[in-house]
Amino acid sequence: MIDVGAWIGDYPFRPVPHPEPAVLVRVLEREGFAGAWVGHLPSAFWRDAHAGNAVLASGLAPFPSVLRPTPVARPDWPGWETVVDDAARTGAPAVRAYPMQWGLSPDGAAMRALADRCARRGRALLLTTRFEDGRQRHPMDQVPDLPAAAVRTLVRETNASVVLTAAGRDGIEEIAWGLTDAERARIWFDCTWLWGPPDAHCAHLFATIGPERFVIATAWPLRLAQQARALLALADPPPRAPLADGAQIEAAAHARAIG
Amino acid sequence: MDGVAPLGGTEPLIDVHAHFHSARSSRPDWQRLNRARLDAGDRIGIRVHVASILGTWGQSSPTYFASPEDCSHANHVMCEIAERSGGRIKAWVAVNPNFPDYALDEMARGAARGAVGLKLAAGRRCTDFATHDALAERCAAYGWPVLQHVWQHRPHRTTMQDASNGSDVAEWAARHSSVTFVLAHIGGGGDYAHTFPAVRDVPNVVVDTSGSGIDRGMLDAAIESLGSARVLWAADLTLCTGLTKLWALEQIGLPAGALADIRWRNAVRIFPPGTFDGAVETPIAGVDTAARLGLEGST
Repeated sequence: MIDVGAWIGDYPFRPVPHPEPAVLVRVLEREGFAGAWVGHLPSAFWRDAHAGNAVLASGLAPFPSVLRPTPVARPDWPGWETVVDDAARTGAPAVRAYPMQWGLSPDGAAMRALADRCARRGRALLLTTRFEDGRQRHPMDQVPDLPAAAVRTLVRETNASVVLTAAGRDGIEEIAWGLTDAERARIWFDCTWLWGPPDAHCAHLFATIGPERFVIATAWPLRLAQQARALLALADPPPRAPLADGAQIEAAAHARAIG
Repeated sequence: MDGVAPLGGTEPLIDVHAHFHSARSSRPDWQRLNRARLDAGDRIGIRVHVASILGTWGQSSPTYFASPEDCSHANHVMCEIAERSGGRIKAWVAVNPNFPDYALDEMARGAARGAVGLKLAAGRRCTDFATHDALAERCAAYGWPVLQHVWQHRPHRTTMQDASNGSDVAEWAARHSSVTFVLAHIGGGGDYAHTFPAVRDVPNVVVDTSGSGIDRGMLDAAIESLGSARVLWAADLTLCTGLTKLWALEQIGLPAGALADIRWRNAVRIFPPGTFDGAVETPIAGVDTAARLGLEGST
């Protein structure tokens, strides 16, 4: 299993313990992950988000077999096309974007252009619904969650393969049941923000939408990585098939690019 | 579960912040929810659930402003569940503090039926001492702890709740040093970074770990600030995050005995003597706990 949503680096609104790549490697091993798609957390909050990509690459360089860089591309910033092209050239599995943090329309022209380019280059577009529970945010953090409607629009109006992390049940259902079968086959949902028992949203969505549409994104270093293991252990009924894995998403995105 | 090691380990484990539903709940799947809590609790290894029912969960009066009638019915069902459980479930008495005379009567009814503490949600801030002091004094007489719902660092009156925060709980608790106040769900919303210094100097305030929040650093900060003797494991509405935090506690380098304190020994210390007699020494037996307890027939 691959963790498709981890980061390295600090968070602007609270301290996070040891957000270093070497610590992440140990956590992944403990939790049974073969590796992780890793982003640079501060990049979501930097004006020049692309500056974090070099930091990310150098930080992960000592761990090439476990940690794979997922760079950011800010589609209103000069040179973003090159970032996507470089991601494809260097074999990055996905490109991240944080339109809400960057003040972009999440389904506007710039984001659709980014999604299109990711599709043409065979890279998944990795989107983050939220970093923290809305009830605990810093007063300066007024950024709304990524709207489900915008994610639907990106999937409908582009050919992108999309990985959506940190969404809850309502958002996932709104997207999943708001897409055609063909569109739904191009999106994967992180399950770690879903509730386990007794409400059992996670098991419910595994049963209704299908486990093949779900992946695990730990949100380390912000959240405890044990949550994925706990959710799967308590899922009743358990998922009828394995969850999707990073390699499947990569293959699907790549196939669409060459198709 | 017979023959299967509990996910949360074999040492005793007490959930001090659990909830059930009655047939009057806003949730039509209330039976499934009760069963799911017990089944998941069995898989985790929870030996005792200390639980409440919050009125009708909004069906006939608001969850945090439950009417006296809804509170009484909920407490009646909660006590019934506890009475049938053979010690596996204990009852908090949940009241709306805007009806203080009624609340005292309800506490007396609960005490007579073996309830073990007072649960307060967000019907009124706990710094309204005119309504709350008498409740704390009654808890002192019964030897009960108080489980106080909080919205951390957000003391305000908002839609459907008048939430207290850590500073409020500290202020109230300082007036009643013989009562233990359990500040609810440090993972349940708001800024826990405000809570820990707010209650640090009031030793009769302890915190529970429940809530859906699983921030890295939260548990470490709680223990560093308050010490392991003032932290109690709990799950509240999400047993998955409870298990996650239990596993995380095993990883953060606690000194010998501290994990047992958090799992169960602190609970034994703060509840009335004998509350957990037998339960913590006895591993979970059998499956289908809900059926054994007859919960699906509770009204």
